[in-house]
Amino acid sequence: MKSGVAILIVLAALLPVPWLVHSDFWLNFAVLALYYAFLGQSWNILGGFGGQFSFGHAAFFGTGAYAAAVLQLRFGVNPWLALVLAGVAGAAMGAIVGALSFRYGLRGSYFALVTLAFAEVLRILADALGFTGSGVGLQIPLHQSAANFQFATKTGFYFTILGLTALGLGVVWSIEHSRFGARLAAVRDSEEAAQALGVDVFRTKLIAITLSAALMALGGTFYLQYFLFIDPDIAFGPQVSIAALLAPIVGGLGTLFGPLLGAVALQLLNEVSESAIGSAPGLNLVLYGVILILIIAFLPEGIFGLARLRTRWRGVMRRPA
Amino acid sequence: MVEAAIIVPAILNGLITGAVYALVAVGLTLIYGVLHIINFAHGALLMVALYGVYFLHALGGVDPYLALPIMIPAMFVLGYLLQRFVIGRASHGKDENVMLVTLGLAIVIENLALYLWSSDTRTIDTPYGFSTVDFGVALIAVPKLIAFAGALLLTLALWALMRWTDLGKAIRAVAKERRGAALVGIDIEHLYAMSFGIGIACLGAAACLLLPSYYASPHIGSAFVLIAFTIVVLGGMGSFVGALVGGLIIGVTESVGGLFLGDSLGQLGVFLIFIAVLLFRPTGLFGQKA
Amino acid sequence: MMLSVRGIAKKFGGLQAVADVSFAIAAGEIVALIGPNGAGKTTMFSLIAGFIAPDSGTIEFDGADITALAPHRIAARGLVRTFQTAQPFARLTVARNIAVGAHLHIASRGAALRHAAEIAERVGLGKLLDQPASELTVAGRKRLELARALATAPRLLLLDEVMAGLNPAEIDAIVPVIFAIRDSGVTLLLTEHVMRAVMRLSDRALVLNEGRLIAAGTPQQVAADPAVIEAYLGRGAARQPDAALTNG
Repeated sequence: MKSGVAILIVLAALLPVPWLVHSDFWLNFAVLALYYAFLGQSWNILGGFGGQFSFGHAAFFGTGAYAAAVLQLRFGVNPWLALVLAGVAGAAMGAIVGALSFRYGLRGSYFALVTLAFAEVLRILADALGFTGSGVGLQIPLHQSAANFQFATKTGFYFTILGLTALGLGVVWSIEHSRFGARLAAVRDSEEAAQALGVDVFRTKLIAITLSAALMALGGTFYLQYFLFIDPDIAFGPQVSIAALLAPIVGGLGTLFGPLLGAVALQLLNEVSESAIGSAPGLNLVLYGVILILIIAFLPEGIFGLARLRTRWRGVMRRPA
Repeated sequence: MVEAAIIVPAILNGLITGAVYALVAVGLTLIYGVLHIINFAHGALLMVALYGVYFLHALGGVDPYLALPIMIPAMFVLGYLLQRFVIGRASHGKDENVMLVTLGLAIVIENLALYLWSSDTRTIDTPYGFSTVDFGVALIAVPKLIAFAGALLLTLALWALMRWTDLGKAIRAVAKERRGAALVGIDIEHLYAMSFGIGIACLGAAACLLLPSYYASPHIGSAFVLIAFTIVVLGGMGSFVGALVGGLIIGVTESVGGLFLGDSLGQLGVFLIFIAVLLFRPTGLFGQKA
Repeated sequence: MMLSVRGIAKKFGGLQAVADVSFAIAAGEIVALIGPNGAGKTTMFSLIAGFIAPDSGTIEFDGADITALAPHRIAARGLVRTFQTAQPFARLTVARNIAVGAHLHIASRGAALRHAAEIAERVGLGKLLDQPASELTVAGRKRLELARALATAPRLLLLDEVMAGLNPAEIDAIVPVIFAIRDSGVTLLLTEHVMRAVMRLSDRALVLNEGRLIAAGTPQQVAADPAVIEAYLGRGAARQPDAALTNG
């Protein structure tokens, strides 16, 4: 099936969810699942498709969240406009981190480390500076209206995050079908060979991180509007960075639907474990950590990798003895 | 102008803290030097060690310094088992996988601690906890002095181990030339696990030296992990001297930074150094070219 | 002259890998760069293609100085190299591998993939388009290196040991492919250990030993040159009867 068609089918299937689901609990589940899927999609552009693993993607999330908060609180900017501007801020931060890291050829663990450092620097700054509310954080006053990006029911938020997910799918689809995507995959698999074929490795990675960061910033803004509160730990802390990478790794790195699949699976697992073991602090994260290790150990291609394994196995079985 | 009376104690305290940071970093640099992996779980394991020392004291009345001969072997065994049966197995040897596996371990350990022991900070009181020694220019707390001396001695001991024992030579052989070492009959998996174990054993020692003047809490690992990385990168991956020098530099930076910028911004200097080194001189002060 | 190398030198630590090498290649030639192991051939390729910066000397391609240019810019100008140890884009299919090369001048994905299919046919990979590149045999990977480079529509192609690891039948199969590439208007500079292939393919041969150019001429001239024989077989070998390099 062509992936474009698949996207439309998936979106169509997700559209009626608010009317099919009758409890607030499950609607919240749906919103969060799509939210984590969206974060995962953003990370996946740089990590799965580009092969550069960032452990500090919260740097971009927080940039977006704080940008949107400050724009609303201090400059009275409409939240929807703030969303767009937050995306631009995220892109700028991505470009800065990328320009520095890739200019100096940072790869692999070193790149992961520098992203951690950037996130931590931003956290310290947000904690110390007054205009970001320092340690106390920033709160958006309650003023529910669609125009104000604060919905009275979760349905509005659901459609918003569905829209963002659709945007994410669209961006990934165009990457997969463009020259940029081909070059990005080449850079991921062999930077040297890519250079020998005329690919500007630095520019390719820079575009990837800028795109990834912009989307991540939109995710941060959504968080802000859904919870109406942001502080340095939420914005720039490891929870967001880990959440962003977990869904694509579980679902399938560098695939179109991997983050969506992974996010849904993780959210389900979360709910199941909470009802089974209870929601003691830290327990669900322990589960996530264990899942991460198990996936790397046994299913490094993620859930989508299962499908690939099965077709290869079938191919093996069909070969004449 | 800042008076010497304020800056000198800050520098001295920084050096002392720096020595313990160095002990933490030495384990990390050893692990990198031999296994070529960046152990994202290093901070979490330090946290486990701190809790170990805490409980030995709280439940068994064991003085933290006397806990050294218990914590060092215990952490060594933990490290050995983790590398042999978790990290080594799960990562299939790929660098990107190791990163994720150690990250996963960090998440598991940190949150297990949060679940088991809650987020309360735990401190211990020792009879000498409040004694100080007068150095003329500054008053330095006794536990910190012991930590300083202990850290230096242990780093020296580790260096001697690597230099003169058969184990140390085998480890260095594996670090330099993995296949050649395998060819002469060295059990690579075992030695990797030994090296990892020694690196984690350093954390056991560091915890004994740290707890009297510090505290244990589930999130303390994250705080230390970046500091440890900064030191290792600054000093040069795989270099003991680098870890020591780097530790002292970072300790002083943090201390003096805190003096001028206050507690929240104080750490900024450390991370800016980290980013700068990664960008401009990733081999660090004493490291070998990649 | 299409390619003009003048006074190129490169030192690694204490080792002078390349010392004062100068040569030129005219359009339409097939030139072989040969020499014993460690002579500096691959280093030479890396220097020409921009992966390593020379300590001194200049490299001119089509009259323009490319000495300090980045590898991807040199490739964009039409000077493309392959790698001795093949570096396929492991997670991509053969078709998508080649398409990356095609994308140098073709923006559309569809057109790039079509061009990739054509190139694949030319080098004999036509049936393997949907095969993951990681599953190719050594011979297949070599052909993939060749195909990817061809897809960029190069003017000068640097082939680094494209025959290494091939059995005689495979070598015989690839020789006409290389001639066809030259006939389509591509100039070739190749390094090779397989003497049979060198003799058949090249118009001229340049011999490198310990970083220096010790001989240049037709393959036959070079094979009979005593200095060259000594470089390969050791001192004194030149004085032995039957000492020629044509039986490789």
